[in-house]
Amino acid sequence: MIMLRNVHKSFGSQKVLDDLDLDIPAGKITAIIGPSGEGKSVLLKHLIGLLQPDSGAVEVEGESIIDLRRSELNRIREKFGMLFQNVALFDSMTVYENVAFPLEEKTSFSKEEIRVRVLAALEDVGLKNIENKFPDELSGGMKKRVGLARAVVLNPKIILFDEPTTGLDPIIKRAIHQLIKETHAKFGFTAVIVSHEIPDIFDVAQNVAMLFRGKILQHGTPDEIINSADPAIRQFISGSLDGPIQMV
Amino acid sequence: MVQALGHKTITIVRDLGRVGWFLLYSLYMIVRRPGSLVHVLKQLRFIGTKSLFVIVLTAGFTGMVLGLQGYYTLAKFGSEGMLGTAVALSLIRELGPVLAALMVTGRAGSAITAEIGIMRITEQIDALETMALDPFKYLVTPKFIAAMISLPLLCAIFDVIGIYGGWLVGVKLLGVNPGAYFYEMEKSVVWRDVYSGFLKSFSFGVIIAWIGCYKGYYAGHGAEGVSKATTESVVLTSVIILVWDYFLTSVLL
Repeated sequence: MIMLRNVHKSFGSQKVLDDLDLDIPAGKITAIIGPSGEGKSVLLKHLIGLLQPDSGAVEVEGESIIDLRRSELNRIREKFGMLFQNVALFDSMTVYENVAFPLEEKTSFSKEEIRVRVLAALEDVGLKNIENKFPDELSGGMKKRVGLARAVVLNPKIILFDEPTTGLDPIIKRAIHQLIKETHAKFGFTAVIVSHEIPDIFDVAQNVAMLFRGKILQHGTPDEIINSADPAIRQFISGSLDGPIQMV
Repeated sequence: MVQALGHKTITIVRDLGRVGWFLLYSLYMIVRRPGSLVHVLKQLRFIGTKSLFVIVLTAGFTGMVLGLQGYYTLAKFGSEGMLGTAVALSLIRELGPVLAALMVTGRAGSAITAEIGIMRITEQIDALETMALDPFKYLVTPKFIAAMISLPLLCAIFDVIGIYGGWLVGVKLLGVNPGAYFYEMEKSVVWRDVYSGFLKSFSFGVIIAWIGCYKGYYAGHGAEGVSKATTESVVLTSVIILVWDYFLTSVLL
């Protein structure tokens, strides 16, 4: 469904993605794990064309997204929803306006239809009676849930989650993971989650890929990753200070 | 040394290309997808209406100081009656467009950069892109349109208030003949002066929106990046306005 081949990306002299290959299967939840600063968010931004690789191929449903005209890229982006690390809610809009925005801009629904869909999306993520609040009046967990509502409101085929639970307490964290699983079961989208949440992410994802030193070290089911013999993966999962992953 | 020079040259050429492309793409988007009327009206209120107070205040005192300086200079030649002409031509040709533009740069240009810069660093612009929406349509073109409409109007208000500021000092305080003040002005100000002033204001509106939006759109990282972009935006816009004013004046005279 999404395919990356020989992807290279550098920022100045810093090599971030180095001949990376990855296949993300359709309709499943794929988690990308790996140490901080290894380029997981950079990888995610390549999937939706927010960043272009220096070389290599990125294909979404068989179509290359490299060097496309904006209109072509936008046609492919319509398949996507994205929940950003910092949620990226429009801070001058209310919660209602944030969730309604993609519907107003991308569909011809009437105001009433939009209202019904926005309230349903908010209810799906467990939020009620906060439509008129602004993002800065919400807690971190509520913002994430509004971001999730905005990402799913157009019912996209693919949703990208960039560290959806970073900075949240364990209970909210579990609730967000549960929400992703439930919305995935309901809508059947392809999900790609960048996460550090070990071991919780193994309960959420059906596929896990470990990114280290610009490459995918291993890609498999959660059990395959948990039982991996690779020293870097073992160190990352155990959280040990000794091993190939060094603190910078 | 050579490598550093080459790197610097490439950076400058790339930045010039980017800033030029930004202007062309913004103008193209104004024709192609000007954005919703609501967004344009919102920006008109912000750039135009909300700048009124500072424009009126600056214009009043500029006219008054012109009246004062002009009176004592003209009095040396016994030509106090020409005060209206001196005040009006200075304002309509030069000071009105330039000072109004500099005031709007300080008030609205900086805010445009800060607003877009914050949206950049908090990934709100990326969010628009992931929704397959062109950020220019929402963030840039409404500001361009609003600035192009607001600046000539603010300039007109600046000119009128300034002329009455000069009248207040010249006629009411220093005793210049009121008939002479307006009669001489009417005799010497021609349509060409007025439209060249408006043309300048219009182009200054483009410059304010262009640099303000560009600097915000490509703001660096974090609060420091936005703060730096805002400062650079105000300084660069002011300098470009003054340089462009010279070229435009030399063509229009």
